Amino acid sequence: MKSLPIAYLLKISKVNQLFSLLFFILFSTAAYAGGEGHEGHSEAKFDPGKMITDHITDAHDWHLWGEGHSSVSIPLPVIVYSSARGLDVFMSSAFHHGEDVHNGYAIRDKKIIAVNEMSGPAATATEDATVTAGLWDISITKNVVSLFVSMIILLFMFISVAKAYTARKGQAPKGLQSLIEPLVIFVRDDIAKASIGEKKYMKFLPYLLTAFFFIWLNNLLGLVPVFPGGANLTGSISITMTLAVITFILVLINGNKHYWHHIFAMPGVPTWVLFLLTPIEILGVFLRPFVLMIRLFANITAGHIIALSFFSLIFIFGQMSAGAGFGVAIFSIAFTVFMTCLELLVAFLQAYVFTLLSAIYIGAAVEEAHHDTHDHDAKVEEAHII
Amino acid sequence: MELVKPAFGLIFWMCVSFFTILFILKKFAWPVILKSLDERERSIADALNAAQRAKEEMANLKADNEKLLQEARNQRDLILKEARDAKDSIINDAKTKATEEADRLRRIAREEIQNEKMAAITELKNQVATLSIQIAEKVIRQQLSTDDKQKTLVNDLLKDVKMN
Repeated sequence: MKSLPIAYLLKISKVNQLFSLLFFILFSTAAYAGGEGHEGHSEAKFDPGKMITDHITDAHDWHLWGEGHSSVSIPLPVIVYSSARGLDVFMSSAFHHGEDVHNGYAIRDKKIIAVNEMSGPAATATEDATVTAGLWDISITKNVVSLFVSMIILLFMFISVAKAYTARKGQAPKGLQSLIEPLVIFVRDDIAKASIGEKKYMKFLPYLLTAFFFIWLNNLLGLVPVFPGGANLTGSISITMTLAVITFILVLINGNKHYWHHIFAMPGVPTWVLFLLTPIEILGVFLRPFVLMIRLFANITAGHIIALSFFSLIFIFGQMSAGAGFGVAIFSIAFTVFMTCLELLVAFLQAYVFTLLSAIYIGAAVEEAHHDTHDHDAKVEEAHII
Repeated sequence: MELVKPAFGLIFWMCVSFFTILFILKKFAWPVILKSLDERERSIADALNAAQRAKEEMANLKADNEKLLQEARNQRDLILKEARDAKDSIINDAKTKATEEADRLRRIAREEIQNEKMAAITELKNQVATLSIQIAEKVIRQQLSTDDKQKTLVNDLLKDVKMN
């Protein structure tokens, strides 16, 4: 009854869509909190922890708004494979918001599990633990959709920019070119050339450029609150792990004799110290990509959590009284705007830091023996500080 | 905790997507962009160098021009000086020659005048002599027409001789 005029409001003011949506959620939550619904108090109670976790973790559908049965979400394809049952492809809407079993699969704690029943309610279904253990879930989840969207944007961006360079040979950059060019030069000169060296940087530049723009674009997409943004892709450990592992592999396969010599037997160090130093150095080899993975993940996830926490405040106070909710909303939105501005900076900074550290690690691995070793150590030391 | 547990599906799609895009961009985008940037940077550097060179050449050219101009000026001065000298010498020569010619003409004129004068004088002398003889003849004839007069004359003449 209350949602009708709000829905009307939604239609007429496109500019304030986001804020309208916010108040819509606020009103509906308040209505639930008032005990108007037949679903009971416990389900309607606003749980900020759950809300935030839902937002920053992956999901098999793209949740837009609403709660439980009345929620609106974009169904996404589920692709599961197990040696016991073979390949299964269906839309996540078949789960009916996770309440039903479909084709022997159900969602529990946001994960797809195999159950003994072929259909029926998910809550009472019994898990087939052996099949679940061997289940390969390569569903197109929310993060995968976001990943694909970012890939399409990246491809479109850089192919068109490359075309512009061919079409406008030798001329000043224009449009998208002007945006990309300083960044490409920045990555090339200040990251790749500075960290890897004049001679070898060209080999790693494509990876560094791709990683930089991939991370930056996805960081920015994560800040966009509406579809297809808002997924916490670069704040997802799987993504940061993949990127860190690529850097790690590049270091492993490109590490020269000089590099490994420094790790296993640091020159100019007494033998007894080596017993202490070599394990630390070996640990360092693994620790560097690990830290790379954690840093990006933690920074981006933290940004999402902070922004969502400010929004949660509105609903927490809204549950006490609508007036308090409105009052807090002013400050929450102000803080969120401020945080988002900060996150814009962080989005660039983390892309820069990830790429820079990757370049420094690769640079240390490919450095020639005759270089000044102090310089090398200083660089790695600096890398640890960052 | 679910948040820090890597998901196989996401890693799988990440690998597929990331390596696809890395491959495509490495093949079609980065070389074109980086090459164009390099070329542009080189062309800008070349243009700046060329400008610098042109500037230097300009300066050289200007110095050369200045030198050439100076030489031309010197030459002009020299030619003018020579012309002036030539003019002076010609005038002097002409003057000398004119003077000489004038002197010569005057000398010739003078000689001629002298000659004419001498001739005139000679003729005058002859005429005077003739006239004198005629007059003397007439006078003597008159005075010696009588004997007395002849005696007186002889006396006078004798008187003069005596005095001497």
